[in-house]
Amino acid sequence: MSAAKSNLERLPRGVQVALWLGLLALVAFPFVGTEFYTQMVTRMMILAIFAMSLDLLQGVTGMVSLGHAAYFGLAGYVLAFVMPQSEAISLWWSLPLAVLASGLAALVIGFFVVRTHGIYFIMVTMAFAQMVFFLFFDNRALGGSDGLYIYFKPTVALGSVTLLDLDNKVTLYYVTLVLLLAVYVFLRRLLWSPFGRALAGIRVNEHRMRAMGFGTFGYKLSAFALAGALAGLAGYLWGVNTGYINPELMGFHMSAHAIMMVILGGMGNFAGAIVGAFTFEYVLHLFKDLPYVGQVHLGKHWQLWMGSFIVLVVMFAPRGVLGIVQAVTSWRKTEPRNDG
Amino acid sequence: MDFPTFLIQLLNSVQYGLLLFMLAAGLTLIFGIMGVVNLAHGSFYMLGAYLAFAFSTLFGSLTLAIIGGTALAVLFGLALEWLLFRHFYHRDHLDQVLLTFGLIYIFEEMRSLLWGDDVHGVPVPELLRFSIPLTENLSYPVYRLFIAGLCILLAVGLYLLISKTRLGMKIRAGAFNRDMAEALGVNIKLIHAVVFALGVGLAAFAGIIAAPISSVYPNMGSQVLIMCFVVVVIGGIGSVRGALISALLVGLVDTFGKVLLPQVAGMLVYMLMAGVLLWKPEGLFKQ
Amino acid sequence: MADVLLQASGLTKRFGGLAAVDNVSIDLMRDHIHAVIGPNGAGKSTLTNLLSGDLPPTSGRVVIGKQDVTGWAPERIARQGLGRSYQKTNIFLPFSVWDNVFLAAQSRDPQQPWNPLRWLRPAARSAGARQRCSAAIEMAGLQERRDAIAATISHGEQRQLEIAMTLATEPQVLLLDEPLAGMGVAEAERMVALLLRIKKDHAILLVEHDMDAVFTLADSLTVMVNGQVIASGTPDAVRGDATVQAAYLGEEH
Repeated sequence: MSAAKSNLERLPRGVQVALWLGLLALVAFPFVGTEFYTQMVTRMMILAIFAMSLDLLQGVTGMVSLGHAAYFGLAGYVLAFVMPQSEAISLWWSLPLAVLASGLAALVIGFFVVRTHGIYFIMVTMAFAQMVFFLFFDNRALGGSDGLYIYFKPTVALGSVTLLDLDNKVTLYYVTLVLLLAVYVFLRRLLWSPFGRALAGIRVNEHRMRAMGFGTFGYKLSAFALAGALAGLAGYLWGVNTGYINPELMGFHMSAHAIMMVILGGMGNFAGAIVGAFTFEYVLHLFKDLPYVGQVHLGKHWQLWMGSFIVLVVMFAPRGVLGIVQAVTSWRKTEPRNDG
Repeated sequence: MDFPTFLIQLLNSVQYGLLLFMLAAGLTLIFGIMGVVNLAHGSFYMLGAYLAFAFSTLFGSLTLAIIGGTALAVLFGLALEWLLFRHFYHRDHLDQVLLTFGLIYIFEEMRSLLWGDDVHGVPVPELLRFSIPLTENLSYPVYRLFIAGLCILLAVGLYLLISKTRLGMKIRAGAFNRDMAEALGVNIKLIHAVVFALGVGLAAFAGIIAAPISSVYPNMGSQVLIMCFVVVVIGGIGSVRGALISALLVGLVDTFGKVLLPQVAGMLVYMLMAGVLLWKPEGLFKQ
Repeated sequence: MADVLLQASGLTKRFGGLAAVDNVSIDLMRDHIHAVIGPNGAGKSTLTNLLSGDLPPTSGRVVIGKQDVTGWAPERIARQGLGRSYQKTNIFLPFSVWDNVFLAAQSRDPQQPWNPLRWLRPAARSAGARQRCSAAIEMAGLQERRDAIAATISHGEQRQLEIAMTLATEPQVLLLDEPLAGMGVAEAERMVALLLRIKKDHAILLVEHDMDAVFTLADSLTVMVNGQVIASGTPDAVRGDATVQAAYLGEEH
């Protein structure tokens, strides 16, 4: 990673205001949107959690993982496995179980991959993720290429009293929103903690960090495992939201999409990951829903539009939306001031 | 396992390994010399396969496909390098990953527009459409031997190019110390273009000659890409010799694994990679 | 009897058939600056890398205090009390001067990256790190530049920052690799004054090309040529040594 690139860690006033407005919009949305759109925005929020988990690795620590989706999908599979066909199970234990499973998988795989650097790291994360993908894809017992159904939504109850009904799209929406906020707040605190500062140092100059006495392998492995666990949280929610899990959710296309989301918004501050996830999903649906022009169904060729979009962003806006905002605000700062 | 079966699997391993080598050699060179990670490398393989299909439908000749298809692929590689890749050599790996991922989408779509989404077959040339008998019941297709033979020829050619020619020397100099090489009059831009085109050509070549046995279908690039990455990781980035040994190793493990341990066959190669990483985190023959 | 904080004996590093460092022994003592000089390619950088753990020796031993640290990873050696500055400025360019030194100071707090409690407290809360950080910045004379981004300060200030970061980890042994590299006269004088200030309580190995600085600062010298020690002792003794004059000082820049 280029050492001199500075991440937008401290969010400028304008961005903070925009985030608060965004939060308000999210809180209000179910009142104005239909059930279909409510579920769609829930999806976007889940992907935002997934993107934030990757931002911890990629934006903060500088580790570009092409295999992060493995931990996302794995949690969904864990939910599918523990959910019997006859009745629902409790969220209280299934959620921690799924998150733990993803975190543990990330810890084990991380043990092998974190010892590599740069291009190697990219390649081995991809390779291990594909291994996990094929494990599920090739085995009927694990669902095979068709995937698995999640027959019920998990219950959220205290004793015999149901606290929340996750079958209700609006309830699930708000649960997801709360979790999104919790993860965001947690990660922002982490960024400024000793752990977060060390990770940022590792991104900028790992060699110097070691020379100063930091055991960088331990830090990177911890970040990798934590990011995996958080991806698992997102994956669990995805399973609850859609009721269906398949191997594609673990594949490298999904991982690459996550990378794009993080870049699109602006890396290293978690707010960008949220912005990027929403933007990416919105653009993807835009392309897929394109109408016919004459005989040609533009929407069918969404890969062409999506691919071009990705290429253009990388070429012209590599620091994403927040990068553009930062460039604009610093341009404005260098304008001559009237107050002398 | 009796000897004829063993021999067949061995020959299959070598043939598969050599094909992987064609792909991995290009990838490792492009990475070792220009520092670019290219996820779209599998797409070049796919390009070759579809060119083989196009040539065989239009002209009915595999020879023409090999020569013409590789030439077209090389030209395509030169254009791609000049238009796009050369502007990314100094960029972060992250940007390169995304750029090439976007290219995968674009290439898949272009393939869909040009040749549709059906699965196609490419016929084995008449001349090679027979088998060598090994026992009463078993025989080995000559075409597969032909593939291995061609790959060996190319591998030797590559070796000679890199170690014995002036061009090869310039390539190695550029990889070792770019600024110094430039100061000594080596046209680095040209070298980079040549290496890139060579990589694309090798990948497409592999796709062309493999088409008759692997058939031609959408997304065929992704599966071979991951194997290619595993080969390069095990062999060591930048090392062509490493890529060869690693490719043969992967060919052996994968082929024999499928026969001897079918339940874990898919995972064996990755376990091999994990093992190598524990022992040598930068590959077996890191430059 | 001087307090020996680092003892290197018989250090050798071979690359293939070539010995970049050949049977070098050095003792570093408290309140004492030991300079290593020699022409380019003499093996000085390799020697520094051997001592810091960046390179494992082919043979020989390194002992810090009473602990044999031969073959240890750089982070373990650093925690054993060794600090190092670099010839090519090796700082955190996008961070402010304060943040650079703070990160160094933070390394002395208990690490435990897996401990969730270390994930939630703000880093700036560590009083110990703050205190180490201010002390190092003051010693290096960078108080005025605390909030400046490291990429924007002058070359001389960046070299001062190098030293500040090395000091903030509170090492006992300092390896200083060409601290005066690329400095003008005024900057060099400031750096020499700084090095004299930090001599107290530290054992310092100084690799330098600037002969004026070396003879001002060094309490003892080692001269290396082609990986081997050709002379060692007080500056006057070394200056007068005929072999040294022929091999090195004679062909001075």
